[in-house]
Amino acid sequence: MDSTEAIYDGLKDAGIDFIVSVPCVNLSKLLNMIDDDPEITHIPVTREEEGIGICAGAYLGGKRTAILMQNSGLGNSINALKSLMELYEFPLLMIMSHRGTEGESICGQVPMGESTALILEAMGFNFFTPATPEAAYDDVRLSWELSEDEGKPVSILLEIKYW
Amino acid sequence: MARYEAIQEIMESIEEELIICNIGFPSRELYEIDDRSKNFYMIGSMGLASSIGFGLAMARPHKDVVVIDGDGSLLMNMGSLVTVFANNPSNLTWIVIDNGAYGSTGNQDTYAQKIDLVDVAKGVGFKNSFDFKDINLKDVIRSDDASFVVYKTEPGNSDAPIIDLDPITIKERFMSSI
Repeated sequence: MDSTEAIYDGLKDAGIDFIVSVPCVNLSKLLNMIDDDPEITHIPVTREEEGIGICAGAYLGGKRTAILMQNSGLGNSINALKSLMELYEFPLLMIMSHRGTEGESICGQVPMGESTALILEAMGFNFFTPATPEAAYDDVRLSWELSEDEGKPVSILLEIKYW
Repeated sequence: MARYEAIQEIMESIEEELIICNIGFPSRELYEIDDRSKNFYMIGSMGLASSIGFGLAMARPHKDVVVIDGDGSLLMNMGSLVTVFANNPSNLTWIVIDNGAYGSTGNQDTYAQKIDLVDVAKGVGFKNSFDFKDINLKDVIRSDDASFVVYKTEPGNSDAPIIDLDPITIKERFMSSI
């Protein structure tokens, strides 16, 4: 199973039909697949926090929502994830390219990369770190319902070695 | 003339539209003036009213969506101007009540006093960027492009109480009303 197709298939089988994104090079193939899918509304956004608000509004309108971003975007989104998504119990699937992990070539990615899982733990949000495409497919496919049940965002962290 | 009277005047043009209302006194005042299940009151996440309204407008293109935003909140999420313009949801009307102040925190000045927000939106590319006093709001809501409307007022808050609905109730009754 291809690492990108596993994520795409998981999103499709979870019924995700509304996606916002800030790009990462590791997500570029996935972003192209989503753009080519007429069943998915894809909105590129200027900043991740804006995307969280857009997903909240789309959910109010009946969509199943996801955000695709680098883990740096988690830092740009923390207040919205708490005082919008958790406060009103909006579900959201967060697919994060987890930079600053093993194999990272850009030192600037490392500080946030080292803190990403700790931040999610401190926020009380569930997350998965699949090592293989097979595991990623299952984690993505099942996370929307988990997010609905919990009334909180659920994250999938995709480390550099995943790809 | 302050925000309370501005919201009263805006609501005279509202029928079945879905409203996303900015955090703080704007939502408290709207709740007192005209509570309805089609109002979504923000209780957190300052700056995101336009983003929530935009997402809703994209998800439900056959429903008219009106955002009641503020100048301080707009300044916190200027990128939203670009995203809304680029996608141009014809069913979205984004009203900014511009009192030049962070009203809910004690009326500290905002930089909006130094700029013309109608010109800013025109500069981004909005065909429909208006001063409220120059338009008929009902016509603008029905126009074929996304609209940006600035309602200039003086700063000042009413004594509208804190909203006594919990967030889940606000969300669920709003979704049921669509």
